[in-house]
Amino acid sequence: MPSSETPIRRGALARQVLPYALLSPAVLVTLAIVFFPMAQAAWMSLHDYILFKPKEFPFVGLKNFFTAFQDEVFWISLRHTVLWIALTVPAQMLLGLVTALLLNQRFPWRALARALIIIPWALPSVVIALMWVWIYDANYGILNEFLLRMGLLKASIPWLADPDTALYAIILTLTWQGFPFFAVMILAGLQSIPKSYYEAASLDGASAWQQFWYITLPGISGVLITAVLLRTIWVANSIDVIFVMTGGGPGYATYTLPLYAFIKARTNLDFGYGSALAVLFTLMLLGLVIVYLRRTGRATS
Amino acid sequence: MVGRKSKLRRILTVDLPMVLILTFTLGPYLWMLLTSVTPESRLFTEGPGLVGATLENYIRLFSTVGFLTNLIHSFIIAGGTVIVGLTLSVTAAYSFSRFSFRGKRYLLMQFLVINMFPVVLLILPLFVLMRVLGILDTHLALIIANATVAIPFSVWMMTSYMNGIPKSLDEAAMTDGCSRLGALWRVVLPLCTPGIIATGIYIFITAWNEYLYALTLGGRNVRPITVAIQTLIGEYEVEWGLLTAGGIVGAMPATVLFLIVQKRLISGLTQGAVKG
Repeated sequence: MPSSETPIRRGALARQVLPYALLSPAVLVTLAIVFFPMAQAAWMSLHDYILFKPKEFPFVGLKNFFTAFQDEVFWISLRHTVLWIALTVPAQMLLGLVTALLLNQRFPWRALARALIIIPWALPSVVIALMWVWIYDANYGILNEFLLRMGLLKASIPWLADPDTALYAIILTLTWQGFPFFAVMILAGLQSIPKSYYEAASLDGASAWQQFWYITLPGISGVLITAVLLRTIWVANSIDVIFVMTGGGPGYATYTLPLYAFIKARTNLDFGYGSALAVLFTLMLLGLVIVYLRRTGRATS
Repeated sequence: MVGRKSKLRRILTVDLPMVLILTFTLGPYLWMLLTSVTPESRLFTEGPGLVGATLENYIRLFSTVGFLTNLIHSFIIAGGTVIVGLTLSVTAAYSFSRFSFRGKRYLLMQFLVINMFPVVLLILPLFVLMRVLGILDTHLALIIANATVAIPFSVWMMTSYMNGIPKSLDEAAMTDGCSRLGALWRVVLPLCTPGIIATGIYIFITAWNEYLYALTLGGRNVRPITVAIQTLIGEYEVEWGLLTAGGIVGAMPATVLFLIVQKRLISGLTQGAVKG
C-alpha cells in the first residue's frame, strides 16, 4: 500500500528537517552579522587598507603581519596584555574567593551583602572608568587625599598620568569590576558541596585549614577553572575601561594588543593593519577558547 | 558565655571582613553619588560632602545637556536588541533542547564561541560593512552590533531553561492535537516565561551599558547614554559634578534591573559552570 507510506516518509522527512528549520533564523543571522564580518576582517588584514583611500585596496599577503612583528609598539602592547591578564585575573580570583567564602558563612545580613556585592558588575564600563579617573585624580582625587592623610604618601601621585603607575591603576579598577563575578560563581560551587563532608571531617578532627584544602578546594576546582578561563578571555578582550581611562597613554604605557588594534583603526584609520593586529590577537586567544570549549562540551554532552 | 564568645568570633572573622570588602565594592559608587550632589562651588575647595547638598547637577544634565534624548536613544537600542535577541533565539533554543540531530554539538558550540571573540575583531569589519550599507549612526546599526552578543547569549540561556522543562509536557500537548510549534507556543514558552524575562533583562543591561560599538558605529545622531557621559569631559577641564551625576543616571536603569533579577539570572549563568 504505497499510499500509506508517503505520509510516514513525509513525516520522517519533516522530523529531520524541522530541527534545522527552527535553528535557521538564529544561525543565518549570526552568520551574517558575526561570521561574515570576521571573514571580512581576515580578508582586510591581507590588504593595505586606509579608510580615507577607499579606492586603493591592494592585496599584500602577510605584509601586515610581518610589519607587526617588527613593530615595537606591538611588542610593548603584547607585554602589557600578558601583564594585564597575569595580574588582573588572579587578583579578581583571590578577592572573589575570599568574598565567596565569607558569603557562604551564616550571618544576619548575608542576603543584603550578597545583593550589594554584585553592583560593580551591573555598572556600565564607561561609568566605572570615569568614576575611577575621579578617584585617581592628581589634585582632587580621594585616593591621594586618603594616602596623604594616612601618611603613606608625601606628595600626591598623578596615578594615571605617570607611566609607572597607570597600568597598575587600571588593573585595580578591572579587579574591582570583575571580582564579583568570581564571588558569585565560586559561591555557587561552594553551595554544591554537601554539608555532610564537613561534618565527617570535623568529627575526624580535621582543622579548618585542612577542611578548606581537602574538601572546599577540590569541591570548587571545576568552577574555579571555568571561571578563570572565562575571565581570562574576557579581561584580555576588555578595552573599554582602558580606552576611557587613559586611551592607551601616557605614551604607550597602557596599550594592550586589542586596544592597539582599535586605536590603529580608529585614529589612524589604518583598517588593514588594525585588522591584522586583531587577527593576531584572536589567534593567541584561540588556545584558551578551545580549552574552554572542550570543558563545556564535556559538561553538556 | 560560649554563645557570646562565638558571636564575637563571628563578627571578627566574618562580619568585619565582609564590611571591608563591601566598603571597597560600594565606596567608589557612593563617592560618585556624593560628588554628584556637591555644589560646584564647594567641590574644589572643600571636596565632596553633604553640606549644602544639591540636585543642581541633575537638573543641568536634563535642562542644558539634553540627557533625556540620550536616554531615549539608549532605550530604543537596548529594547530593540532585546526583541531581536529573544525572537531569533526562541525556536533555536527549542530545537537544541528537544531534538537530537547531526551537527548539534557543533552548532551549539558555535553560539558559545561567538562571545569569546574579541570585540575589536568584529568592530572593524562591522564599521566598514555598515559604511558601505549606509546604516552607520542609526539605531539599526547599534541594534545589529549588540545582537552579535545578545543572540548567542540568549540561545545559550534559553536552551538551559528549556532543558529544565520535561519533554513529557510537549508530548502530552501533541497527543492532545497540538503541532510541534503549538506545543512550543502554548506549553513550553509559558513555562519558560521567568527565564525569558531574566534573559531579556540581561540583554537589556548589556546593550544599555555597551560603549565601544556605540562610540564607533554611532555617536553623532544616535548617541546613547554611555557615549553622552563620556563627551561630558571637556577639552580643558572636567566638570566632575555634572559627570558624576551623568554616571549615576546612566547606571541607574541597569543597576535596578540587575538587583531585581539577580537571583534567577545567577542561577542560570552559573548552571553550566557548576556542572563543568
